[in-house]
Amino acid sequence: MTRRPRNDPLTLQSDGETQTVITRQFAARPELVWRSHTEPALLQRWCLGPDGWTMPVCICEPRPDGRLRHEWAKDGRGFYISGEFIALSPVSRIEHVERMHLPDPTPDNHVVTEFIPHNGGTRMAMTLPDSATRQAMLASGMADGMEIGYQRQESMMETV
Amino acid sequence: MINAALHALSDPTRRAILARLALGEATVGDLAQPFAMSQPAISQHLKVLEGAGLILRRVEGTKRPCRLAPQGLADLEDWLAQLRRAFETNYARLDDLLTELDKETPK
Repeated sequence: MTRRPRNDPLTLQSDGETQTVITRQFAARPELVWRSHTEPALLQRWCLGPDGWTMPVCICEPRPDGRLRHEWAKDGRGFYISGEFIALSPVSRIEHVERMHLPDPTPDNHVVTEFIPHNGGTRMAMTLPDSATRQAMLASGMADGMEIGYQRQESMMETV
Repeated sequence: MINAALHALSDPTRRAILARLALGEATVGDLAQPFAMSQPAISQHLKVLEGAGLILRRVEGTKRPCRLAPQGLADLEDWLAQLRRAFETNYARLDDLLTELDKETPK
């Protein structure tokens, strides 16, 4: 019996001492998963975090040295990431650096995203430094409307 | 506090100390032995773990046995769960978008 392509829950695991790997299975073929990760108009429809947030600005230039910028906003608040692409292999691999501005910039995070044909769909594996995971945690806390003031965010960022 | 906890956990020795404390209370001397480290070095790690709210210490004569602080790890788990939710929310939206793209894009 062949397995139907399906979407599986993500896994989030620390890979050794310094890296976090996030994996997720999509039912769709790699070409479409690639497009949804590289076309601004598509990114603006799903890469939004908790409900209520929008991405009014999305720059994505998927070529070596191309720019990357995602700005999120909700109720007059917001934050953004900026970055640059390093190397791309359509439709299977994206390597880029990014930093989060909360509003002060965090150190650069080096991220590799791979789309591998699997079970009729796509297995995504995103490898990022642990520091990026921590930043994402801070950002998701902020996006969730947790009672964290900017003051506290900043003091927390200092030791990231 | 969360960030202090993440920083504390970024060190393999400190993670090993927590794993040991998961088995029960231990003194600096208990901990120094299996890690082949000096007591001052272990004490330094314990200070970081205590500052991050991951362990608790009590006074017993000249010793200060340590144990896991249940709330410290619970807070960290909450944050991890929250991060996971943020990603899952994104990917659930992406699943819908991909279904749509699949219909309108010839194979």
